[in-house]
Amino acid sequence: MAFGTSGSEVLVLANDADAQSADLTGVRRVDLHFPKFSDGRAYSQAVVLRRRRGFTGEIRATGDVLLDQILLMQRTGFDSAVLRADQNAGHVTKLLAQFPGFYQGDAQQARPRFTAVAA
Amino acid sequence: MYQYTEFDKAFVRARAAQYRDQLERNLTGTLTDDEFRPLRLQNGWYVQRYAPMLRVAVPYGELSSAQLRVLATIARDYDQPSHELLTRAQTTQDRIDSVSPPVGGKPSPRLTTGYGHFSTRQNIQFNWIPLAQSANVMDLLASVNMHGIQTSGNCIRNITSDERAGIAVDEIADPRPFCEIIRQWSTLHPEFAFLPRKFKIAVTGALEDRAATHWHDVGLHLVQNEAGDLGFKVLVGGGMGRTPVIASTIRPFLPWNQILNYLEAIVRVYNRWGRRDNMYKARIKVLVKAEGQRYIDEVEAEYRAILDQDGGPHTITQAELDRVSASFVMPSLANRPSVAIKTVAGKVADVLRAAAEDDFEFTRWLQQNVAPHKNPDLRCVTLSFKRLGQAPGDATADQLATAADLADRFSAGEVRVTHDQNLVLPWVACSDLPALWNAARKAGFARPNIRLLTDMIACPGGDYCALANARSLPIAAAITERYQDLDELHDLGEIDLHISGCINSCGHHHSGHIGILGVDKDGKEWYQVTLGGSDGSALSGAPVAGKVVGPSFSAAEVPAVIEALLGVYRDQRLGTDGGDGKAETFIATLRRVGAEPFKAAANGARFAARDFSPEAETEGA
Repeated sequence: MAFGTSGSEVLVLANDADAQSADLTGVRRVDLHFPKFSDGRAYSQAVVLRRRRGFTGEIRATGDVLLDQILLMQRTGFDSAVLRADQNAGHVTKLLAQFPGFYQGDAQQARPRFTAVAA
Repeated sequence: MYQYTEFDKAFVRARAAQYRDQLERNLTGTLTDDEFRPLRLQNGWYVQRYAPMLRVAVPYGELSSAQLRVLATIARDYDQPSHELLTRAQTTQDRIDSVSPPVGGKPSPRLTTGYGHFSTRQNIQFNWIPLAQSANVMDLLASVNMHGIQTSGNCIRNITSDERAGIAVDEIADPRPFCEIIRQWSTLHPEFAFLPRKFKIAVTGALEDRAATHWHDVGLHLVQNEAGDLGFKVLVGGGMGRTPVIASTIRPFLPWNQILNYLEAIVRVYNRWGRRDNMYKARIKVLVKAEGQRYIDEVEAEYRAILDQDGGPHTITQAELDRVSASFVMPSLANRPSVAIKTVAGKVADVLRAAAEDDFEFTRWLQQNVAPHKNPDLRCVTLSFKRLGQAPGDATADQLATAADLADRFSAGEVRVTHDQNLVLPWVACSDLPALWNAARKAGFARPNIRLLTDMIACPGGDYCALANARSLPIAAAITERYQDLDELHDLGEIDLHISGCINSCGHHHSGHIGILGVDKDGKEWYQVTLGGSDGSALSGAPVAGKVVGPSFSAAEVPAVIEALLGVYRDQRLGTDGGDGKAETFIATLRRVGAEPFKAAANGARFAARDFSPEAETEGA
């Protein structure tokens, strides 16, 4: 795995790094890491990069990435994920289409449902 | 109660379908047990000592009669282990009695089936549902807008509140619309599904704290500032467990419409900085304690960034507050002909005086189980689930169905689960009190012991729970049996007895005036007794954790220890000259005279009890 530094194409952001102050100059892709599927720090990093920093490049999930995290990743601003080898990628589409919508805003739709419905 | 929209209903059904898919993948082997675990936990499915346990979410404790009836069906039809499983479980439990002799040598209460258990977080739990049937149960729950979403796991848990929310006489504002708005915001929040540890929020809108808010990860108090604007006092970092901590005020006033943005800041900072290397240090209380002002500064900076850079997307609109609040209007009591005939005071006085003169028991029930209401025509009535022969907070299928009938007949079809494991009927007409008393008595719910010693809190403990170090229920049963005399119980007055079977503190032992904590030593059950804890209510005073009286006691010694503690109280308490006609309470006496005489008595009971062991008898003969 290429370890990017600021200014390189791929920035590999450590799990405990501050997404708020990361140097995104020239970065095409940010890789965020899940050391265990139960470690949720990268979701917050993705939200900050996508929503607050306005990062428009690719955000990729690496590490312990399982099917049932993909929906959360999609909603927090990831657009690609390296699924663990044993995962059935064919099932993902079904898992992303299960809900009629969500209550809170996310990286895709910043405003919560209540403002969208009222508008 | 909150009225589910079509979207809300579809959402709950979708969650049930999502769970069914996960369960099927687990049963067919494509989703490993380890990976299924956090997913089932976030739907309320634990695997316990003998069987799975389901925790059903009861948002801020509110239940409709229709929901209660479905819970009764689940208890009746699904909370049923196979004969082999139950036999094996009972045999294992019986063995504990032989290692740790029970009180008076009597066998401990047997395991029960076909029932629900009200928990200290206002939820309801079932103990015997086979996992293979779990998806069917989720569908059944969804049919009445219920689910187990985030009742476990390292995520934002069920929002709890004052059992008298919306009806309390000391209320600044009704917390329920905010509870519901926070519930919706936290439901399947994609960023906060895998926090370092569980995260519990309690909300109150009253002057008295009846929701133990200082003991929560976040406690919210509705307050008014000097300008008369409504907002929240925000507390953070409280919790029980191994390290009891009282929450600190992080914000004395936050405008009400900012609460979601502010919670987002609190939880995001926690998600980043909370410890993940040690489960016992992962709660937000440890972070807040370690970082102090630095944590507060981080949250404030994050909150500013959410407002200034993100545009404060979760600022609650007046329209949304109005929409949700519309669900929480006082129900119509038009079918109560006696209401509004006379003046309120005259009418209440007439009905109650006549009935109370008739029956001393009724007077006691009015005193303990009936509380004032915002609407002077109404009362808030507690149905007691603390009685001989059943564990605290347990309700059989029939009892759940009966509670539903009482709710329909007397309380506009609504009940509330209280954090001390009873049910409250929030909308009872004064004129119905005698009829309700009779009906509740017939159902076994009218024990006039609310806030008294036998209204104790107890977790399921080592009879059901995989985490427990010792059993809670035999201790609860022994104390309940000992204190059946209502004269004695009322003489002892209001007292919080809280029992936990392990340090996770589901039985809130830290906040009991008397706390009992089960510990395991050399494979035997022992019990640590603490004194002087407070949940923060008016009776208990400023929230604080109780202090241990000394080395732990055997199960057989515990009732004598409790008796000794209460003996000191009776000797030392001040009489009725306090002005309110009531004797000094246990907790007030303890604070005034200090713990020493109580400790001495407790430790004396230890030795006294051991003198009755067979060896001691031989020596004495």
